[in-house]
Amino acid sequence: MTPSSKTQPLAYAQPDSQGHFGEFGGQYVPETLLPALKELEEAYGAAQADPTFRKDLDSLAKHYAGRPTPLYHATRISAELGLDLYLKREDLNHTGAHKINNALGQILLALRMGKSRIIAETGAGQHGVATATVAARFGLTCVVYMGAEDMRRQALNVFRMELLGAEVRPVHSGSKTLKDATNEAIRDWVATSEHTHYLIGSVVGPHPYPRLVRDFQTVIGRETKEQFASQVGGLPDLLLACVGGGSNAIGLFYPFLDDPVRMVGVEAAGQGLDSGAHAATLTKGERGVLHGSASYLLQTADGQVKLPHSISAGLDYPGVGPEHSLLKDTGRVTYLCVTDDQALAAFQWLTEKEGIIPALESAHALAALQQKMIKLPGGKVVLCLSGRGDKDVKTVADALGRSLT
Amino acid sequence: MRRIGRLFRTPGKKLVPFITAGYPDLGSTVPLVLAAEAAGAHMVEIGMPFSDPLADGPVIQETSQVALDNGVTIPWILETVKQVRRQSSRIPIVLMGYINPLLHMGLETFLTAAQKAGVDGLIIPDLPPNEGASFFEQARAKGISTIYLVAPNTPNERIHELGEQGQDLLYAVSILGVTGSLAPARQSLDRYLDRVRASTNIPFVVGFGMSSPDDVRRASARADGVVVGSALLTRLKHARDPVAEAGRYLQTMVAALPQAGSVEPAGEPA
Repeated sequence: MTPSSKTQPLAYAQPDSQGHFGEFGGQYVPETLLPALKELEEAYGAAQADPTFRKDLDSLAKHYAGRPTPLYHATRISAELGLDLYLKREDLNHTGAHKINNALGQILLALRMGKSRIIAETGAGQHGVATATVAARFGLTCVVYMGAEDMRRQALNVFRMELLGAEVRPVHSGSKTLKDATNEAIRDWVATSEHTHYLIGSVVGPHPYPRLVRDFQTVIGRETKEQFASQVGGLPDLLLACVGGGSNAIGLFYPFLDDPVRMVGVEAAGQGLDSGAHAATLTKGERGVLHGSASYLLQTADGQVKLPHSISAGLDYPGVGPEHSLLKDTGRVTYLCVTDDQALAAFQWLTEKEGIIPALESAHALAALQQKMIKLPGGKVVLCLSGRGDKDVKTVADALGRSLT
Repeated sequence: MRRIGRLFRTPGKKLVPFITAGYPDLGSTVPLVLAAEAAGAHMVEIGMPFSDPLADGPVIQETSQVALDNGVTIPWILETVKQVRRQSSRIPIVLMGYINPLLHMGLETFLTAAQKAGVDGLIIPDLPPNEGASFFEQARAKGISTIYLVAPNTPNERIHELGEQGQDLLYAVSILGVTGSLAPARQSLDRYLDRVRASTNIPFVVGFGMSSPDDVRRASARADGVVVGSALLTRLKHARDPVAEAGRYLQTMVAALPQAGSVEPAGEPA
């Protein structure tokens, strides 16, 4: 886990102009989508060169989403672990997770491209809620695809999206989760890209999405760097985040990639790596192509996509962002995984010790510390608390055998 | 020249049925290909089922899932093509499917086996030339054609470029949408097919949403052939004898093609 880029400042420059992160990424999509991806890439390039875009986004981030989010020293948990744990409080964002960072960036791009309709996929519902929120804010039509199983698990978020004026379309194919919702959103986009922007929620999908979503999420890491330097001094020793598609993780990691800082991503081991019921893509997957890019992928011996499992809907995905696949292969980031039960224990631990109810996704990252998978005596750790756990209370009650009715 | 290139340089319009390998059951794929040939179809597309077919509508999603549940794999499909060839059928066969199962099998292994089995062409909707150049080059070296898709939003220069790269045949997707969508309005389809014709010298078939003899009649007035997929599969689903039903249906579709050498309608009457 020694950072390889220690002596090479600004060495990291990914992806290439075709959207490849080494042998990952790219544009594995039907011809019909290539014009829309080109349009998006050009709009993003123009936006980056336009100071008003940055200004508008910063202003929305501050006054609408509530940034900067605090970097909070979790002292009681730190004492128990024998290290210093700082939580990057993305749970305190408007709509309750880091997803709003990307949704705001992309809705501004959609407006620049003159699109009148927004579509999105969602797993836990956090990205769907963030998308429905920004669509409401800017008066655009919004359709969110969500697996029927996820709609059952996250009924509250479904209602929130509906209150925000979005239409939530249930997806009944496959595992009825995030993977299938993404298929359906892509099918919609194939037919509608002329007037519709597909607001992808993670660092997945065809180029330019993995880069674009990453860039919108790096606000997490940039703020962390400044806050850590002023509140604590210097750099943290270790960064820690959960990885489903991997947007909160890359958002935290990216600004530190050229610094001597260790990084750990935590995936969902579900009911255990040997159970077959998990979502540990980087640990158990092999290179493949899903949803428009090459990356690690959970697949069968015949190259069919395997159905993942996680107690956390946001991690319940058989793929992972292509940049994480590269960071794993180069050894720059270490990827671990924790089970449903370990995540549940960490969920309760943070709630009881710090008075913060985390999203089950974020609880996975904390579990890696609680389970002593990472030993760093006296070290300084920043953990991305990507979202709040209000949405998960029912799931946790079910898991603990408590009835809420 | 490869067989598909030769076929589409013979006079007359072509009918190209699409079936999902192993649907409705494993035993019917070989008889379905033979029935299609007997009905007068000129080429057959065999769909290689994938768990996440993102360019396909509900019908092919469902047939793919049934086929996977029936145990269809890439090696099984290649073995099935071999069996068709053993029945001394020479009808050109195109495999259509998504890249992941082929990638997982190993691209070179797949191409070698496909060549041996007697596969003539490939359509991989999620492998545009930018990502698949070397794979398609290897395929061509083995005598297997690559058929690129173009769509109503593909610019003229790109259609030309894809034609040059594919060399033998292009596939014009009739609409912006997934397989099994409704066919586009006649006038916009006509304009689009004329645009494809003007952009490339390479022959092209049209597919997506082609379900009736009338669709075939209209589309084949401008394209070199018509692909019939979801509509055929829907009939197989409801038929007591899928092979006989396929034969009957495809005969009516073949009969809707203009006869070779006949004068084609110049366009829409006013």
